[in-house]
Amino acid sequence: MALSTKEIKELEQHAWQARHDIIDITGWSGGAHIGGGLSVADMLVILYFKYLNVDPKNPQWEDRDRLIVSKGHAGVAYAPVLARKGYFDFQDLETFNKFKSPFGMHLDCLKVKGVDVSTGSLGHGLPIAVGLALGARIQKKDWYTYCILGDGECNEGSVWEAAMAASHFKLNNLITFVDRNGLMIDGSTEEVMGLEPFSDKWRAFGFIVKEVDGHDFNQLAEAIDFAKAEKSGPVVIMAKTAKGKGVDFMENEVKWHYGGLDTDLRAKAKASVDRMYGKA
Amino acid sequence: MSEGLTWTVYDADSMTQAEIYGQVLCDLGDQYPEIVGLSADLANSTKIGKFGKKFPERFINVGIAEQNLFGVAAGMAKAGLLPFVSTMATFASMRACEQVRTDICYQNLNCKIIATHGGASFGQAGSTHHCTEDVAIMRSFANMTVIVPADGIECANAVKACVEYPGPVYIRIGRGFEPKFYDKDDYGFEIGKAVQLMDGTDITLICCGVTVLQAMEAARFLKENDGLSVRVLNIHTIKPIDEEAILKAVLETRRLAVFEEHNIHGGLGSAVADVIALSGKGCAFTKVGIPDCFCEVGYPEDLYTHYKLDADGVIETVRQVMEMDFEEDDDWEDEV
Ligand SMILES: Cc1ncc(C[n+]2csc(CCOP(=O)(O)OP(=O)(O)O)c2C)c(N)n1
Ligand SMILES: [Mg+2]
Repeated sequence: MALSTKEIKELEQHAWQARHDIIDITGWSGGAHIGGGLSVADMLVILYFKYLNVDPKNPQWEDRDRLIVSKGHAGVAYAPVLARKGYFDFQDLETFNKFKSPFGMHLDCLKVKGVDVSTGSLGHGLPIAVGLALGARIQKKDWYTYCILGDGECNEGSVWEAAMAASHFKLNNLITFVDRNGLMIDGSTEEVMGLEPFSDKWRAFGFIVKEVDGHDFNQLAEAIDFAKAEKSGPVVIMAKTAKGKGVDFMENEVKWHYGGLDTDLRAKAKASVDRMYGKA
Repeated sequence: MSEGLTWTVYDADSMTQAEIYGQVLCDLGDQYPEIVGLSADLANSTKIGKFGKKFPERFINVGIAEQNLFGVAAGMAKAGLLPFVSTMATFASMRACEQVRTDICYQNLNCKIIATHGGASFGQAGSTHHCTEDVAIMRSFANMTVIVPADGIECANAVKACVEYPGPVYIRIGRGFEPKFYDKDDYGFEIGKAVQLMDGTDITLICCGVTVLQAMEAARFLKENDGLSVRVLNIHTIKPIDEEAILKAVLETRRLAVFEEHNIHGGLGSAVADVIALSGKGCAFTKVGIPDCFCEVGYPEDLYTHYKLDADGVIETVRQVMEMDFEEDDDWEDEV
């Protein structure tokens, strides 16, 4: 169902907040994966504030939906969204990266409430997601498993081993996203290790592919609704995004995969985000 | 709330160990046309990208696919080339573990691995990026040589030496921000030979990697303040280990302490313990490293302090070992 104007307004407010939070944490932590954090932010926001059936007061509730952020370096975006959802105080993130903090750049499920699976080594998420989805099915549970992959991450063979299994077992309770920002560390995905025809590869592995603008809440909602209703097998949402989305000097810049921000750049970054949301 | 620095992955060009390594490999590339470089979307972060810029036709980036990376390297070695492969230590030793063991070591291929971000050098990234198991893993592979250089200069020496050294070699370095230890490179580096940095008769400190600098600082302090005569051995090659230097230290100092940026199980400390146990000689002995846990999050300096791998930690450990009782004879009555 299309989102109401009110829902869109609310999601945009959360997304604006998430981008500010990402910029702040990157600033005070000394460095973080800001580019891929900004590209995946809208997916995290719509999942936590519209779709995920979770309870921050009871993070281990057994019938909750599961989410695996397989591109674990997006911890800089994942952590503040969890905080704003109510799992812990946003101020706790002042320790991000610091000695004995529960928050390293890649979130640890034993230390951070709301995180289902520890990730950071690329290519681990989808196999675990397949296991979770099979686990739900075998136990006749109706919760969904969501998994977010980086596009560069899809170079890993383990992603395709899991994809093969997901369609073999017709896992219609598994919803996969690819953050298709077109960049990895050493360059563009097509220069370093070509993925195209990328959607066709997923189709060949038995997935139904929904191609959407990963920063458009209506398109994301429509794709997620479709995936939840689809009974024949797994759906992958190919979300076209921009790395660094919202910060003009970072957008589609490969060097902003990872970086730090001083006070001056933080202000510039936030001003750019505010302009995008018409708040300047 | 502290402010972050403004830098990006590219500005990390000031990386010491890795940068020097990238440069050395470029020079070797001129001399040895059979050298090829490989990485997995970490050409820039590991600095092997320097070689790639200079010899684009001899550099292969396989994307984020470490199992493929080491399989491809094995194939290139089989074809008669000399592959230098670089990725983070955690992915080289664990993601591609079987490719390294079966495709490279089992076939005894001439393939050199320069693994970066070892130990807790990327401490703030969390456990997925800590690598405190690699020395144990690599040491258990037949045919493999394992080297943990003290700094960039020693890394350069190791890289140069491994070109003419037969078979697979694993060189483990940090993230590149480690302080320099050596001022010059002609101190007599040889694969498999310990470097004695200071002679002494009361206790021997055995170290590798970042702990070398710390152990030396501690040794100087202990000499001045505690009046101790401390021997310091930089055992950069963990396999094959310099048994002679270790046994000599047992005989002449009777107290040994090992310091390493690795799980206390399976690394340099275990290698030294093997040598001592098999010799049947008694001595006071301890090993300090990550105490068989997943390392805390934090910047490396804080972690080294926490795990007693900095100079203060070394001093504390030495004072304990000096108090340790050990049996020089066969009389165990007073022990049990
Ligand atoms: C197995 C593994 N290899 C290498 C890395 C280092 N690494 C971290 S992020 C990254 C690039 C990821 O690119 P992509 O999946 O496209 O993520 P995004 O563009 O969304 O940041 C790499 C190579 C890693 N974390 N895990
Ligand atoms: Mg990407």
